[in-house]
Amino acid sequence: MLDVWIDSIISGILLGLVYGLAAIGLSLIWGVMKVINLSHGAFIALGMFTAYFLFAFGLNPYLGVPIIFALGIILGIAVYFVALHRIIDAPELSTLLSTFSISLFIIGLGTFVWTTIPYAIDIHVGSISIGNITILGTKVIAGIVSIILTILLYIFLYRTKTGKAVRAVSMNRVAAELMGINTTRILALSFGIGIALAMTAGALIATIFPFTILSGGVYELKSFVICVLGGLGSPIGALVGGLILGIIENVITLQIPTGLVPFIEFTILVAVLLIKPSGLLGGEV
Amino acid sequence: MKSLSWLIGLLIVIGAIPMITHDVTLRETVFIILMYIALAESLNIILGYTGYVSFGHIVFYGIGGYVAFLMIQNYGLNIIPAMILAGLFSALVAYCLGLAILRLRGAYFAIATIGVNEAVKALITNLEQVGGAEGIYFNIKVYSAYGGAEHAIWLSYYLMLAVTIAVVIVSWFVKKSKFGLGLMAIREDEDAAITLGVNTSKYKTLAYALSALFPGMIGAIFFFKNGNIEPESAFHLTKSIEMIFMVMLGGFGTVTGPMIGAIVYERIRGFLIVSEMFKALHIAISGIILLLIVLFMPRGIIGFVRDKIPALRRFVE
Amino acid sequence: MRKILVALAVLILLSSISVATAKDEIVIGFTMSQTGKFNSESKEQFQGLKLWADQVNAKGGIYVKSLGKNLTVKLVYYDDESSKDRVQQLYTKLITEDKADFLISPYSSGLTASAAIVASQYGKIMIATGAASDSIFNKGYNCIYQIYTPASRYLTGAIDMLKAVDPNAKKIAIVYEDSKFAKDVCKAAKDYAEQNGFEVVLFESYAPGTTDFTSLINKIIAKSPDAIIGGGHFADGETFAKQLYEKRVKVKLISLLVAPAVPEFAKIGKAALYVTGPSQWEPMVRYSPEMAKKLGIEWFGPTVEEFVEAYKKAYGYEPGYHAAGGYVAGLVLQKAIEDAGTLDTEAVKKALEKMDIMTFFGRISFDTGEYYGRQKGHEMVYLQWQEKKGELVKVVVWPESAKSADLIYPLTLKFGKETTETPAEAPAKEEKGPGFEAILAIAGLAGIAYITRRFKP
Repeated sequence: MLDVWIDSIISGILLGLVYGLAAIGLSLIWGVMKVINLSHGAFIALGMFTAYFLFAFGLNPYLGVPIIFALGIILGIAVYFVALHRIIDAPELSTLLSTFSISLFIIGLGTFVWTTIPYAIDIHVGSISIGNITILGTKVIAGIVSIILTILLYIFLYRTKTGKAVRAVSMNRVAAELMGINTTRILALSFGIGIALAMTAGALIATIFPFTILSGGVYELKSFVICVLGGLGSPIGALVGGLILGIIENVITLQIPTGLVPFIEFTILVAVLLIKPSGLLGGEV
Repeated sequence: MKSLSWLIGLLIVIGAIPMITHDVTLRETVFIILMYIALAESLNIILGYTGYVSFGHIVFYGIGGYVAFLMIQNYGLNIIPAMILAGLFSALVAYCLGLAILRLRGAYFAIATIGVNEAVKALITNLEQVGGAEGIYFNIKVYSAYGGAEHAIWLSYYLMLAVTIAVVIVSWFVKKSKFGLGLMAIREDEDAAITLGVNTSKYKTLAYALSALFPGMIGAIFFFKNGNIEPESAFHLTKSIEMIFMVMLGGFGTVTGPMIGAIVYERIRGFLIVSEMFKALHIAISGIILLLIVLFMPRGIIGFVRDKIPALRRFVE
Repeated sequence: MRKILVALAVLILLSSISVATAKDEIVIGFTMSQTGKFNSESKEQFQGLKLWADQVNAKGGIYVKSLGKNLTVKLVYYDDESSKDRVQQLYTKLITEDKADFLISPYSSGLTASAAIVASQYGKIMIATGAASDSIFNKGYNCIYQIYTPASRYLTGAIDMLKAVDPNAKKIAIVYEDSKFAKDVCKAAKDYAEQNGFEVVLFESYAPGTTDFTSLINKIIAKSPDAIIGGGHFADGETFAKQLYEKRVKVKLISLLVAPAVPEFAKIGKAALYVTGPSQWEPMVRYSPEMAKKLGIEWFGPTVEEFVEAYKKAYGYEPGYHAAGGYVAGLVLQKAIEDAGTLDTEAVKKALEKMDIMTFFGRISFDTGEYYGRQKGHEMVYLQWQEKKGELVKVVVWPESAKSADLIYPLTLKFGKETTETPAEAPAKEEKGPGFEAILAIAGLAGIAYITRRFKP
């Protein structure tokens, strides 16, 4: 029995790291741009399919991560200029709807091209077994890659000039502008990085679970819960939120029916918003 | 007053055509149009007048649907009292919920409403007593109390027409009243409204309850006609966004706007789904249309018309 | 102004009025899931139905006595996106706008239940195929007719099979998709298992669309059952089987709904090995006109071989039971129309009530009691994925009278094989794989970091 618990906790942590990665993207976009990115799920799904096709062309999906990340930045910047730049100062309804329309577009196109049948990346990197505990290699790697990316993001935000500019814009856009920061470029870049993180998380999830073009929606909702848990706009909070969610999903379900998980998740979401809207960790970028 | 009689006249004309021609196909189309109008107008009270983005507004439609469905199925209640109960219950839920979540502003409120919708959906999915994930189905005999399924469907149609007219009237009077003025003050600047002595929390909670009343009734009618209800269709987040889309398309904060938005939206969707060329891509095309509206017509069709054709201004409210 | 607005409204509405056409064809309406989660099963079902329609039309159509002529068949269909909402809208449209004479159900019990209520409201006959749930048939509908063996008799054979092969097996875990069909099946299976002296140690559902079974599998491991039965539809069943294998769950029998019967199940390789599952029909079943004669009932339609050949010729591969179910739905309708000699709903209903025939799909007859329209003639078979010459093949292992091979039991045999074959390779792979990959990934990311550093505001 104990080994089942340990197994669940480890699975929860590893998966939580990946959820966290997706949520960091959402959190960053919110923190810097004050935009709730409703196309996050669509980009997660796009990341899954990119990984799938890279894999189909013979590229290891883990080696594909940099490519997917770069693609994410490019796509994100493009979407920023098409759909967000004009309305960045409009009320939140506009940005909610414009990101949602991007999501509709991607999912609509994806449904047309790939239909909604499940795809899976058939990769085997073995597994680690001790007694009844079996941890899949794919999960381990996904967890590690997530940690690395988070560390890199922190280095970027705190050690580089561009990163500092991103933080400055998130604190006060007008002041940052006055200080000579080209806010348009920073906003576009932040959105790019956010999307890149979503796509990368998608690619990592794709190595573990099968997916369809609609799968992103589930992870998008999870990302919302995570962000709110960790505090909207706080990347490290998002990572912690991810861990909490991952563990909840895997451990609590040993005692209660798995079907109740979404109910618990969303109840937590609303409760946290009401009690401490700045999140459990409450902070800024 | 003039513009109100206009809108009501128009609704009655639209509603009467299927009754006169007895065309079943047309009735189905008009039923959906009326439902869209009523939903969009209701949402407009909280979204358009008050400026609170209720993203998960469909939750009230679902709750109303479930309440009425269970009443009819388990207690043999007639659809009319069931519908009224369902509406009141939705409004009550919204009132209590509003006291809590209306403290949140902007995007936080939007996320909280999504959370509420998903939580209720997940809860009902797990409650075997209300049918769980697979939902509940009427025994076809339920309709015999109304003289058979055929009559029951016509009855739902009349009810939907009545509710739609009621929504438009309420929506118009709210806009013209002091209450409505208070709501719009909240929309423009909530802090300023407080300073000016508007009891904002009371105002917005009432607005929220009012905007939940009709979706509850509409849900009751829709699922009565539908014959089955299940969490996935009762609390479908996309439907929520469709409602927002209709309000935006027509022009939010106006009475005419959501109506026009709903009609145009239904026609666009109907066209896209049936058209051979666009059938496969209808989701993607809806996305593009939505984006174009958000970017270039932020005040919707009504805003556009008012800007371009001043002569029409006095007709559109 | 007023006039313009009113005229506009009328115009908008008029644009959706349709015109009725003269009767020289039989319109059969249905929806299929071209998109959504039922996409692969639904496509098969459609192909089966289409094959039937093409064959009928090639012969000039169905003879309708009251009109004294052959009427061709016209299939009218839309994409229901695997969504119940769309199903109800579209069936209403099929009935009111397209004036369908008869309806065929969509794929899956959930969607069929939604279509059934519309069909009943308008009193249209609907042949329900690809839908096994019993609970559709106790709602007082009187124009829905089921082709598949109902859920209540779906997995009970798996329990008989387990009992026969291993009298010592006692503990069963039932894990199923929270859908109408799987729920009906598994509730019936649970009762049946308990009546037969088994202990159901776990009875739990998972949400439709689940991809992560980790926690459920951990729960199963904690209960150490002898057998796992359950599943739902194709996608979730395939994933479940795969993850059970990855976690090396040591049970003696796995029997899952739908997925093992679909040929693509073999794609998950070793995970599919020795997994069993119920099936409505398999190409190697042995229904024949002789069998019909023995039972004293009429044989109708092509033989098993003819159907399999024709399907292969049309689509290039062997049909599964979804395809067969689609074809038979058309066949049953054809028989009923021919017997009734008219398109009149009441007459065709009478013909369906009286129907007791044997087809390549098996026996078909309908319940007329409390569960009006439920299938009562047709029987299930159980199959298992086995290895023949290094390839995965489906064989029928149950019931005794229909089997084409013996059941391989217990399932854990496949783990034994593996460890003896490759004792050293697996651990080596584990260590090398992740480390190597991680280093390369870090290098790549460092590159990106460098590039973003260069990107100055």
